[in-house]
Amino acid sequence: MEKKKSIWKSLQLGLGVLVIMVVYAYGFEITNVNLEELQSERRQNSLVRVMRALAQPEIFEYEQAEQVVNFPFYVTCPPEGTPIEPELDTSNAYITVSPTCAEPGEIVTVEGFNFAANVSGPVRFVPGSDPTNLVSIGRDTVTTDGSGYFSLQFEVPKRPSEEVQYVRATLRENVGLPRFTRTAHETWDKIIETVFLALLATTVGTLLAIPLSFIAARNLMKPVRSPLTSVSLSTLGLPVGMMTGFYVVDWISKIAAPLTGNLITNIAVVSLVPVGIWFATRWAMPPEELTVPPLGLRMARMLVLSLATIASFFWLFHLSGLTSILGRLADQSLGSIGFMGNFLYQLSDILKLLVPSLGALAAGFTLSSFLGRLGQRISEKLTGATLKVLNLVLAAAAGATIFLLFGALIEWLYQIGRPEYTYYIPGGIGAGLGLLLAMLTKAKDTLPVGMVIYTVTRTLLNGLRSIEALVMAIVFVIAVGIGPFAGVLALGLHTIVSLAKLYSEQVESIAAGPLEAIEATGANRLQTIIYAVIPQIVPPYISYTMYRWDINVRMSTIIGFVGGGGIGFLLQQNINLLNYRAAAAQMLAIAVVVSLMDYISSEMRERVV
Amino acid sequence: MLQIKNLTKIYDGGVQALHNVTFDVPKGQFLAVIGLSGSGKSTLLRCINRLIEPTDGKIFWNGEDITAATPDEMRRIRRKIGMVFQHFNLVHRSPVLTNVLAGRLGYVNPAWSLLNRFPGNDVKKAMKQLERVGIADKANHRADELSGGQQQRVGIARALMQDPEIILADEPVASLDPVLAHSIMKHLEEINKNDGVTVLCSLHFLDLVHRYADRVVALNEGELVFEGLPQDIDDKKFKEIYGRDAERVG
Ligand SMILES: Nc1ncnc2c1ncn2[C@@H]1O[C@H](COP(=O)(O)OP(=O)(O)OP(=O)(O)O)[C@@H](O)[C@H]1O
Ligand SMILES: [Mg+2]
Repeated sequence: MEKKKSIWKSLQLGLGVLVIMVVYAYGFEITNVNLEELQSERRQNSLVRVMRALAQPEIFEYEQAEQVVNFPFYVTCPPEGTPIEPELDTSNAYITVSPTCAEPGEIVTVEGFNFAANVSGPVRFVPGSDPTNLVSIGRDTVTTDGSGYFSLQFEVPKRPSEEVQYVRATLRENVGLPRFTRTAHETWDKIIETVFLALLATTVGTLLAIPLSFIAARNLMKPVRSPLTSVSLSTLGLPVGMMTGFYVVDWISKIAAPLTGNLITNIAVVSLVPVGIWFATRWAMPPEELTVPPLGLRMARMLVLSLATIASFFWLFHLSGLTSILGRLADQSLGSIGFMGNFLYQLSDILKLLVPSLGALAAGFTLSSFLGRLGQRISEKLTGATLKVLNLVLAAAAGATIFLLFGALIEWLYQIGRPEYTYYIPGGIGAGLGLLLAMLTKAKDTLPVGMVIYTVTRTLLNGLRSIEALVMAIVFVIAVGIGPFAGVLALGLHTIVSLAKLYSEQVESIAAGPLEAIEATGANRLQTIIYAVIPQIVPPYISYTMYRWDINVRMSTIIGFVGGGGIGFLLQQNINLLNYRAAAAQMLAIAVVVSLMDYISSEMRERVV
Repeated sequence: MLQIKNLTKIYDGGVQALHNVTFDVPKGQFLAVIGLSGSGKSTLLRCINRLIEPTDGKIFWNGEDITAATPDEMRRIRRKIGMVFQHFNLVHRSPVLTNVLAGRLGYVNPAWSLLNRFPGNDVKKAMKQLERVGIADKANHRADELSGGQQQRVGIARALMQDPEIILADEPVASLDPVLAHSIMKHLEEINKNDGVTVLCSLHFLDLVHRYADRVVALNEGELVFEGLPQDIDDKKFKEIYGRDAERVG
């Protein structure tokens, strides 16, 4: 029995080894591992060439001064005998060739005098009788010694001629201070673009990942439960609220539009409206209340708060107008820091673009949470049977709404054009599912809404996270065109999903004690998050953000390969043009920036954590 | 007056932590809850402010049924019930003052909490509570820089910020040395006697029970096995509460 087992074991082991060998053999085969090719002379030569180029990044260059000197020379000595030595201007640099004539293939000696010390350059044979002829043959490089002298032996080329020909030394000298090459300038521009690409992507990603990480954290979402009435009402409230919000903000923008172009009204609105909003909120949201205020007062407060919200959107439009005017002014008058003006101008554009969505989101969530609370009240007050009927109706409506929204999305994506498939049938199914849910649950039971939201969010995050940032970049390049903006969007999106995951794991591992203690004081969910969760997650959040910033800097250096902006584009171009010295400059820049960021982020991490 | 009627708690895993527990706590009483580890003391205290949802039974407080309270009502009820924990449960990275101010969260408008703002009166009040427990000088230190005894005082100050009518103390001194234990218990006693706050306090040491409690309830495997005065716990009762093999110490 024992024996059998051990034989079986060694058989297993042998089989395992065999399988591994097959896997690797196949791997070698399909990845073209070929060391012979690596050793072939052609490859070796180009490898050496590339390595040498890479070792000399094109960063500095010098102004060069050339000293060009010719010496007359005869290939095949003329029949009348050795030509006499020409007059030499020995006060300047000069060269001599001895002998002054020779047969092809003979070795002659070239000597140079009075050159600058330690300069170098080629010595060439110039065929033809014109000393300024550009055509040259052969190339031997010489370097002068400390006294400006060199000597060289070279083989006479097979260019016999009856006329005089020349030997020419062209010695080049670096003069003045080194200066940056064009490549260096370009690299600098692009590396700055790269760093800011990473910065923007990290900022946007972090800001959006934080709220996401809370709803993707199991420990926060598990206790979130609501009765069906409340869930259905808030489901209905979200799209209705978003639509209302969008149209209201649109309407505000129309009212604000004629005034936003005027600097005076801009300044007036931007400075005065906040005061009004401040007083309104102070009145409508008293810091502390011991008793529940009467219904009338609460209604009045709600009205005032809505007005304040409308006023604040009005204010946002004016703010956008003001920054746009200031930006244009600054752009024209600030000269070298005019980019600040452009920045303001762009900012106002972004603001103008974001405000309607902001309004939609704000109104959507407000209406949704208001209706949710209303639903909670209703389910507390009504009796079983009435509530059941109400639940049936509301759940059917909510289910239909969700499915209709999905139907609309599918219609938009695939343009099916058959409303029965995208609207009627899904709407019916949604209503049916809602009804089913309402029938299966007891009227006052609470549903695990939190876990549903958690699961959906997690699934979405995991799906998106598995798409590489580079692939996202390709999609965004198609959407918004080649350039750094596509890179920002791609890296930003990838940052959101991967940070949200990492963050939410941190939220899940916080100490439960403080959470319990804060909850026990009567704090609501928002307050619990602010006072018990956030203080605990600040250090890991900072640490992960830094880590992500690192990754984003790295990613932004290559995202240009697919057109996403940054230095990658330049690098790829130079590699394709076989311009290895320029590519080397860019690689060097990447190495410096990445290691610098590495250093800074690890320093900061140590500081904060 | 707090009335607990047929309270039962069965955890998700099927553990029956409380079984049909019934007793009353008159206003202003210092009630000790004793019992072996795992007997359900923490579960009982947490059911009272519904940090744990009871499975069955009712809890009445001044005539209002806590177990039937809606979320909004629960917020109002909880802010009148302070809680003190064995492991203090302070937010370590926040300053002591913020930890104490957190006791007001049930009162302040949640919107202002977004900005981390408390009314000026609350800040003054928080300083007063810190003075009362003798660590006003630590107000701006981070909570985790304090010793265990100091942290528990912060915990008490936080509970006091709630203007509580009841304080639930779950083994408030179990992780402190005997000297500190007495100083913390004295704070609770002082609050009980001077402010008339009802205290429900689970304790492990009988000498503390004798020294501080007006009345005792004892749990054994989730059942109420004793209810009476501390001095009524004789050897026979003791064995009923703590099991046959238990020995009295101290
Ligand atoms: N969250 C939970 N899920 C499942 N079972 C639990 C949970 N919390 C406690 N229990 C169980 O319920 C029983 C009572 O626990 P409880 O914490 O109330 O006891 P305790 O008297 O406070 O004990 P200790 O003196 O050790 O604090 C124990 O058997 C425990 O294992
Ligand atoms: Mg306990």
